[in-house]
Amino acid sequence: MDAATQSLIAHAVNNQPQSTVTVLSSLLAVEDAIGYIPKEAVDAVASRMDATVNDVWAVATFYPNFRFDPPMEHRVEVCWGPSCHVMGAGSIIAAAQDALGLSDEGDTPDGKATLRYNTCLGACAHAPVMAIDHHLAGRVTPESARERIATALQSVPSH
Amino acid sequence: MATPTTVDFDSILAEAERRWQALTNGDRPWVRVGTGLAGEAAGGFEVVSAVKAALEDNGVAANVSEVGTLGLCFAEPLLDVQTPGGPRVFYRNVTPEIAERIVSEHVAGGVPVADHAIGYLGHRGIAPDDIPRLDDHPMLGQQQRIALRNAGHIDPSDLYQYIANGGYAALNQALTAMTPDEARQEVLTSGLRGRGGAAFPAGVKWGFLAGNPDPNKYILCNCEEGDPGAFNDRGILESDPATVVEGITIAGYACNANRGYIFIRHGHNQPIDRTRAVIEQAYELGLLGQNILGSDFSFDVEVALTGDSYVSGEETALMEAIEGKRSMPRYRPPFPAQVGVFGKPSNINNVKTLAYVPEIIARGGEWFAGIGTPADPDNRINGSSGTAILCLSGDITYAGLIEVPLGMTLRQVLFDMAGGVPNGKRMKLLQTGGPLGGVLSASDANLDLVLDFDVFRAAGAILGSGGIIVCDEDTCAVDLTRNLIAFCQYESCGKCFPCRMGMSHLLEILERISNLEGTEEDLALMRNIGENMQAGSLCGHGQLGFNPVSSALRYFGDEFEAHIREKRHTGDCPDQVFSPKLTRR
Repeated sequence: MDAATQSLIAHAVNNQPQSTVTVLSSLLAVEDAIGYIPKEAVDAVASRMDATVNDVWAVATFYPNFRFDPPMEHRVEVCWGPSCHVMGAGSIIAAAQDALGLSDEGDTPDGKATLRYNTCLGACAHAPVMAIDHHLAGRVTPESARERIATALQSVPSH
Repeated sequence: MATPTTVDFDSILAEAERRWQALTNGDRPWVRVGTGLAGEAAGGFEVVSAVKAALEDNGVAANVSEVGTLGLCFAEPLLDVQTPGGPRVFYRNVTPEIAERIVSEHVAGGVPVADHAIGYLGHRGIAPDDIPRLDDHPMLGQQQRIALRNAGHIDPSDLYQYIANGGYAALNQALTAMTPDEARQEVLTSGLRGRGGAAFPAGVKWGFLAGNPDPNKYILCNCEEGDPGAFNDRGILESDPATVVEGITIAGYACNANRGYIFIRHGHNQPIDRTRAVIEQAYELGLLGQNILGSDFSFDVEVALTGDSYVSGEETALMEAIEGKRSMPRYRPPFPAQVGVFGKPSNINNVKTLAYVPEIIARGGEWFAGIGTPADPDNRINGSSGTAILCLSGDITYAGLIEVPLGMTLRQVLFDMAGGVPNGKRMKLLQTGGPLGGVLSASDANLDLVLDFDVFRAAGAILGSGGIIVCDEDTCAVDLTRNLIAFCQYESCGKCFPCRMGMSHLLEILERISNLEGTEEDLALMRNIGENMQAGSLCGHGQLGFNPVSSALRYFGDEFEAHIREKRHTGDCPDQVFSPKLTRR
């Protein structure tokens, strides 16, 4: 791990805005800073919180928003909660898989993008909803989902 | 924390009113754009950028504010313009191009753009005759907005705007004219029932905490709203977080508590950022922190974030998450009012519950109790006071967020206000109260159900969090049930095995039935699993987790039989069913 990433981790763990600092809040801070939880971050959080490495891993592996290897350049999320399901989320997921050359959620082999399924992106009145690089888009169609993904893949990486 | 610069409420109010006058009656137009989660999904941020660029191009000075949501989500991005002395004209489904036209013709030119307007508020003035009053829109006309009173009207990040619209008068009144017991009594009198799902009387719950002599006590506000189809908690926090901050402060006073947490899922940036902004300003004005408004009462509030976990919304799991652990429910007893977060006595309230509190204190418990449905002990109806804050999504003409008095019927809400199902289709099914709530058939009897916590429970559904997903005739009840159980399976925290394994097993069976491979025994097997989940789970996720299946069997049993016996689909169920393979490990 390079020194710059190490220092981003240390800064995130040691400079949290709220007064209640916990294992979870520290992990979220690291994720916001570098987009994933490397082993070094687990060590840093354990040391800061006076917790065991096991305790930190236990929390990190419980919440599916954490990933443990460096993020892809872009993150595509498609909601499949009931509102979106009723409004056609299945076809959006199929279109996103097709546009990214994937058959399930996960990373593309070229390291360009991650596809994630999400249980609720929070804009149910605009179902079906997707998010690209944490930016919401509602009332998407299979065609507009493909277009949005294609545009994102050509844009500047989110991290 | 910051040192209060002033402790005199009258001078804070005077400053707030001066600023509000300058905004609404000054020499500049005021442009407000909805940028809540619905606004963002519809392109609200692009509209804000377009408005600012167009103002520059036209050389016009105007105030531009990002507001939350008025609730007319179907019309987002919603933009409104108030020119000095003129009416407030609202525009629907605004694109950057339409925004440019509005700026040059209305903001700069003084002529409203009638073809994109949805309505106006205030005196008609320059608004042409073909723009109706916004209040005449069916979605707004019958609303009674208490918790949503400021939503879409004020800049949610500006505490002065909240104060100028009546905010913090209630806290000032409680601190200067009421004892903590009197404040709690007002909430008891109001009959306010918790809006998180269980509908327990809030004043009684506060009493459990108030009676505990521990000097360190916590009030927790739950905005871990993972319920798909429910976005009212986030809607309140992104539109008017100050009413919740004031509400939690009053709750703290009434319960002699000294600390509060507002608990939000990370990544929901508008609710998080806007809540943090008003908390910071409340500290600066002496409305939070030591000796609030010069009284003996001190109270601290901060935002706590959780990772993605639906079960985090369960009260004891929420406390685990605040402590930074896996959000899994705890055994009860001890109950939170004895041993809560960090081992201290705690009280958990939903966002909506706390959002009502300032108005209940300001207008009196009797006023709130006069809204809603009366008790009917013979039929085990306890009475539900106040309003329902409903989120309408799915196959519905006007999707969005509305606040109506309890006691209205589903038919009035779904047809008179929300315009029914679009494209001339038939309304078939309603999914209410989140994934653990049931499905209801849209039968005449069910559409005549009045909005009341106990009436819904008797019908096998939950009013709960207020989410209503509407499905038209194309929806397959079996496919929707499978989707709901896929959600519940994915979100089971895994602590209790009847829930962890039961959900997986239910999903397996429902996938089999969806694929026309189900057998006669499957229905009995599902019931057996459901009974075990109910008996053997610590929290509502497992206890209520069979509701989607039991209610679907109750209302749509024939569709399950069609799949099993006749090997026939009953709607537009997909050939290949989708359930995510990743689960909580």
